[in-house]
Amino acid sequence: MTPSSIAVVLMVAAVVVVVTGGVLRLLRRRRFVSDVDRATYETLHSASLAARHLRSGLTPQAAERTTRQLRSMLGSRAVALSDSSGVLAWDGVGDHHRLDLPALAEPVLISGATVVLTDPDIVCSDPDCPIRSGVLAPVVADEHVVAVLAAYGPSVGAGLVRATEELAAWISTQVELAELDRQRTHLMEAELRALRAQISPHFIYNCLGAIASFVRTDPDRARELLLEFADFTRYAFRRGGAYTTLRDELRNIERYLVLEQARFGERLIVQLTIAPEVLPVAIPFLSVQPLVENAVRHGLASKQGVGHVTIHAVDLGTTAEITIEDDGVGGDPEVIRAVLAGESAEDGVGLGNVDARLRAAFGDQHGLVVETAPGAGTKVTFRVPKFAPGIHAEP
Amino acid sequence: MSSPAGIVAISLVCLVTVGIGAFGLRLSRTTSDFYVAGRSVTAGWNASAIGGEYLSAASFLGVAGLVYSLGVDMLWFPVGYTVGYLVLLVLVAAPLRRSGAYTLPDFAEARLESRFVRSLASGLVVGIGWLYLIPQFQGAGLALATVTGASPSLGNLVVALVVVANVVAGGMRSITLVQAVQYWIKLTAIAVPAFVLLAFWARQGGPAPAADLSRTWGQVLGGFGGREHPVYSTYSTILALCFGTMGLPHVLVRFYTNPDGRAARRTTLVVVGLLGVFYLFTPVYGVLGRIYLPTLPAAVRPDSVTLLLPQVVTPGTLGALLSAILAGGAFAAFLSTASGLTISVAGVIDQDLLAPRLHHRGGGDVSRIQTFRLAAIVAVVIPYAASLLTVNTSLADTVGLAFAVAASTFCPLLILGVWWRRLSVVGAAAGLVTGGTLALSATTITVLGRPGVTHSGWLSALLAQPAAWTMPIAFAVTILVSLATPSRIPPGTARTMVRLHAPEDTRSSGAAPS
Repeated sequence: MTPSSIAVVLMVAAVVVVVTGGVLRLLRRRRFVSDVDRATYETLHSASLAARHLRSGLTPQAAERTTRQLRSMLGSRAVALSDSSGVLAWDGVGDHHRLDLPALAEPVLISGATVVLTDPDIVCSDPDCPIRSGVLAPVVADEHVVAVLAAYGPSVGAGLVRATEELAAWISTQVELAELDRQRTHLMEAELRALRAQISPHFIYNCLGAIASFVRTDPDRARELLLEFADFTRYAFRRGGAYTTLRDELRNIERYLVLEQARFGERLIVQLTIAPEVLPVAIPFLSVQPLVENAVRHGLASKQGVGHVTIHAVDLGTTAEITIEDDGVGGDPEVIRAVLAGESAEDGVGLGNVDARLRAAFGDQHGLVVETAPGAGTKVTFRVPKFAPGIHAEP
Repeated sequence: MSSPAGIVAISLVCLVTVGIGAFGLRLSRTTSDFYVAGRSVTAGWNASAIGGEYLSAASFLGVAGLVYSLGVDMLWFPVGYTVGYLVLLVLVAAPLRRSGAYTLPDFAEARLESRFVRSLASGLVVGIGWLYLIPQFQGAGLALATVTGASPSLGNLVVALVVVANVVAGGMRSITLVQAVQYWIKLTAIAVPAFVLLAFWARQGGPAPAADLSRTWGQVLGGFGGREHPVYSTYSTILALCFGTMGLPHVLVRFYTNPDGRAARRTTLVVVGLLGVFYLFTPVYGVLGRIYLPTLPAAVRPDSVTLLLPQVVTPGTLGALLSAILAGGAFAAFLSTASGLTISVAGVIDQDLLAPRLHHRGGGDVSRIQTFRLAAIVAVVIPYAASLLTVNTSLADTVGLAFAVAASTFCPLLILGVWWRRLSVVGAAAGLVTGGTLALSATTITVLGRPGVTHSGWLSALLAQPAAWTMPIAFAVTILVSLATPSRIPPGTARTMVRLHAPEDTRSSGAAPS
């Protein structure tokens, strides 16, 4: 066989595999046992599309995109969403009725009761216009009517009224979910602020004590240490964005380690292996610092002799892997698991907090991985993507 | 034609490359002499790394082959390869770095806030990467065949296996220092034999190419190698090379290593210098080939003229040694470019296509390394299969087509993305689809079409050098569709633009520079 014929066979095989896979998937999706199945599928599909648009709350853009799905779910001729500021979106025929809606929706917004519109409410000079009657159902979030869902048709039956009310209730849930999302973000920000204030008071006390001990014996060293301490606090108490570069975070860890070494001297040996390619990676502000502090504490505090702390940052292509390891007393894996799961309040240096912030920023597969056992040291690893949408290191 | 020295040189290059990839570079220091600021990759090293990854088999062998067979007009190729970085420097280098994007799909997502445009960009990155990998495999197969006398298809297989081994063994590493050293290896491998050969040439009184040839061959701006419609072909090629560089998958990745936008610009400037020096040497082989090798042996592609030349100029040990150096250099060129491209393509396949799906199926049991390895194999197998097809175009021409596709797709996205606030999601997607479809169809027809049917007249010129019409069309479609859909301008455009254009130190509000 000639090389070119091998190539042709290979490429044809690849194309066949891809096409067969695609066709099988399509068939699986399209093959419904009955019309009921199909209707269920289509309704759920519309609902999931609409839910995606409502993720960010009931904004005009979201309403614009949602109404089409809402109309296909209700099967009515026109669907509109309106709030106290006016009509958010209208989908379907009879756009000229749009202007009447705010006045009609007003009582629903106030009372929160469903209203059926018939002849005197809806007048139309066009004899072909199918908009002859409608239903207005309230969208309630947090015990307030935030919007009105309107469905129109030539005639309104009890079925459409029930369906519209149910759909309005479903939108209410989605809006509340969006609100919950926003609150979770706020909570994360608040937690970050809390962590910033959490720079261990013991560390500051010990630091100043160590510096004081050098003031007489080695004034130059004391001055250097004080300057390091000043830089450390400026970074730790800064009011910048929520993210920083690994470069800045490591620079601050260096200051921290210089200060710790002033205290521990030869008892603390630190090794850093940093791939320069990962220095620009954006990470949550003060996310490595607590881990290093934890390692220094566990690597030294309750241990005789010299303690080793190793910090690695490795380039893995689209992600960077950061590892902090110590050869100290280690810990009970169950305790660490409880801390990471948020079940334990004994989160001394904020391990659980760092984990939560990493997950919030980059997704659940980017949390902390802790390997430890009593007497065997501790190794904390996490991976951050080099790029994540919306996450930028602020100086 | 088999030469033991050449085999040794190639094996050595393979072993060293795979070895470094597998073990990585372990540079460890203790705190006392560790300072992060001092450990940043300097512009010089980073530029060398870009050069090391960029100078491919097409540069090492192809440029000389083109000059040899088609004349001095082909010097536009090395000029274009270099000028591409000038365009990159002036238009997009610093903003791209400031965007924080690691890959081209990242930039698309950061600027347009759309998963859909990201997927489009991912598909195009894979397409361009594969198109660029095909000539790499052919070039390396050629080098292997010339040195060992084996059939070129066996050569392709060997090199495909070496690349897979290198990328898979090295995990996902692409170490700046390793690629930087590659540049200097390549420069040495091309420069030293060139000086030796030029010395021989000068000692023989500097003979000129045979008179009957020099009429068409040496004519400057004479006919783009005797092709029809030379003016169009020349301009179209220059356009593709100038604007395609910014859209190559493995270029942006290196910009990420720069600490800030200013460093990105400095790096690009050094790249232009380094590439300029390298491309001084490649045409020498084409010209000397014209003097010493007026006719090639039967069934030998002009692309191998660089490898054959030393044996003709100085038969014996010296010639064999120089040939071995050149073969080793060509192989290093091939390996670094192919590995860089494979890592980029596999990264995109892994991140955007494979990992989400496998994660979905495997319920999270599939590790990142495993999916990346799978992606690397997919990334190599397809261009390997395509490289076995009988192809009508030379190495540098196929690379030129990859540049044309990049210029018709990512160039509008990047330039308009960086400089035009009214770019809309729909406009960007329409531009990518239009430019990609047009340029890829032209490429497919040119590379796989039957000679005689598509290789004459205006049509063939338009298809062989498509950038001059596909790129303006892509720009026009992007702009017009964007203007027609002002409601789909990403909401965060103003914020993104500030981040792209404001120098880093002006954004640090209140804090003193550290």
